[in-house]
Amino acid sequence: MKTPETTLKISFAGNPNSGKSTLFNALTGLRQKTGNFPGVTVDKKTARLKGNQGHVLELTDLPGTYSLFPKSLDERITADIILNPAHPDHPDLILVIADASNIHRSLYLASQIQETGIPFVFVLNMIDMARKAGKNLKTDKIHAYLGAPVFACNSREGEGITALESFIKNYVPANEKKPVNTAVFLGKDENYQKEDSIRRFEKISALADEITGGNAFRFDPRSQKIDKVLTHPIYGYLFFFLILFTIFQAIFYLAPYPMEWIESGFLYLGAWLGHLLPENLLSDLLLNGILPGLSGVMMFIPQIALLFLFLTILEDTGYMARASFIMDRALKKFGLNGRTVIPLMSGIACAIPAVMSARTISSARERLLTILITPLMSCSARLPVYTLLIALVIPDRTVAGIFNLQGLTLMGLYLLGFFAALGMALIYKIFIKGRERSFFIMELPVYRKPKWNNIGLLIREKVGLFVVDAGKVILAISIILWALANFGPGDRMETAMATWSDSVSAYPDKTDFYRSKMESVKLENSFAGILGKSIEPVIKPLGFDWKIGIALITSFAAREVFVGTMATLYAAGDDNNPEPLREKLMNLQDEKGNKVYSLATGLSLMIFYAFALQCMSTVAVVKRETGGWKWPLIQLFSFLLLAYFSSLAVYGFLS
Amino acid sequence: MIFRLKRLDQLIKGQSAIIDSFTDLSTSLKLMELGCIPGTEVIMDSVAPLGDPIAIEFSGSKISLRKSEAATVIVK
Repeated sequence: MKTPETTLKISFAGNPNSGKSTLFNALTGLRQKTGNFPGVTVDKKTARLKGNQGHVLELTDLPGTYSLFPKSLDERITADIILNPAHPDHPDLILVIADASNIHRSLYLASQIQETGIPFVFVLNMIDMARKAGKNLKTDKIHAYLGAPVFACNSREGEGITALESFIKNYVPANEKKPVNTAVFLGKDENYQKEDSIRRFEKISALADEITGGNAFRFDPRSQKIDKVLTHPIYGYLFFFLILFTIFQAIFYLAPYPMEWIESGFLYLGAWLGHLLPENLLSDLLLNGILPGLSGVMMFIPQIALLFLFLTILEDTGYMARASFIMDRALKKFGLNGRTVIPLMSGIACAIPAVMSARTISSARERLLTILITPLMSCSARLPVYTLLIALVIPDRTVAGIFNLQGLTLMGLYLLGFFAALGMALIYKIFIKGRERSFFIMELPVYRKPKWNNIGLLIREKVGLFVVDAGKVILAISIILWALANFGPGDRMETAMATWSDSVSAYPDKTDFYRSKMESVKLENSFAGILGKSIEPVIKPLGFDWKIGIALITSFAAREVFVGTMATLYAAGDDNNPEPLREKLMNLQDEKGNKVYSLATGLSLMIFYAFALQCMSTVAVVKRETGGWKWPLIQLFSFLLLAYFSSLAVYGFLS
Repeated sequence: MIFRLKRLDQLIKGQSAIIDSFTDLSTSLKLMELGCIPGTEVIMDSVAPLGDPIAIEFSGSKISLRKSEAATVIVK
């Protein structure tokens, strides 16, 4: 008998594309929780169900694998959990999920699991596909071979789920646990593995003929037809760019609406709290440090959700493998492979979900490379900075009859980001030693309709991980930046502000003018301001003055903050002078009467923003995805060097 | 019947052959865990538009692999 305190651990194991996660979702739904397997950034999905004897069932979805001889990081996790009885996730029962139209591979994995002695159940999933192909699978033969219960189900339609669910809920393990037989799998060399594969598959091939009633399956004819188009030399690329175009359009034009709602929601909340709270330092921290920080985190949710909506559809339908297939050759030279193309391109929308989506890349080295270079792709947050600077220094005129010079500059910046990303890949490639050999051996699965339930759960999971894990770092940095901008050494800030605060009361009709002047000198005399001034000698050769220096520091929160800081420093909030920020910046002159924003300075600044990793959210996500501070710091400094010397060259050349 | 041995990457589109052996151990392990063992019938399905990788079909499924990987597979 199971007592209510006991926990029965059930693992879901199976090949990639066997519908394992769909089955896991069908059984657990919203009860699932996502985390990481200890020490590695591989998603771990678990769920707790109630057993029929009051006990608890703990279900874990293991990374997809073909064999217990692991070859990639994902496979190592699965093998370790199954073969190490001391592992906290070591299962009492394994569900081996099989693609019914591709039973060879699943029987291979199942026969290995059978040899470990751990009780298991064989689940023939996607039984509809086998039926469609006219196959009536003889489950009794499978049962006879494996000696385990066999279930047939179609987790997409929910067929057979109830029977499986009631089986695991009523499952009672034997009183005496058999010892796990690991000797067959641990410490075996490749030659042994080869023999093992041949021995098992020879038996399975003969058996598979009996199970399916002879004549092997052909690859799904409908998928074959779709492949003709989607991997076609012309239509294939057309479709690929159409997909990319759709993703960018959606993120550029749809995401701003919910982002605006979130932003104005936070502004409204801030204004409401501002009236409610007493005017003191703590309130200011909440209103100007924590709330904007939280708002900054939340603002990314629409982009993450939208991008993962598309990416999951592409993955679920089987298109992602085809996109990789047609793009692999072009990316191979850069140490990348076909699977890196979508994460890399997603970086044009936003580096954060792009970095998160690099998890679909199975080679650890290629994944790291992709994470390192993706933030160089020009993301949507650079747009406000680019637009402001282009409007400042690039004349609005037509060249070669049809092209707008400003538009060409903007496109040039995007291309620059793309080529810089490829260039940096070549450099990083030298330093990242890959222990694993790069293979491009992967399945091109049968095309399927996307499963909305899966997509919904995945978006929820990704957004949750971002808000919780990256949110902490972002919030911490926001508070530090707030402190830098709100405190100054001694009473320097107060003295500077005092001269203007007298004027505020003295000239009631010009309150706004003096208030914005006050804000401006406050920032100028804060730690951030002093820091900005102190880096002036370093940034002078790039054509930047100390005000730009301050903006560089504050815009580490996010690039678009640059515009806001410029507005504060030039007291743009001044209502009596309706000149917009752009005009104001354009007319600025230094002591010698030269324009502050010359073409050289403007271009130098654009290049700087194109390359520098001015985004704390990206840093936070890279830290999370690479499991430590090492890579985000390397990335931060190498991008900074790239930005500095590129700007130096551009400014030196133009001035 | 005499079989002429050739490499998997030398098959032309639509041609089928039987896996004979492998010349690279690591690549062979990756292929064999997918069920592509000696004796399996494979069909050259297609070549990616840029000339690499290729797609092969066997026992009802399709997999892609690079030409350099296919060159380590001997077929007859």
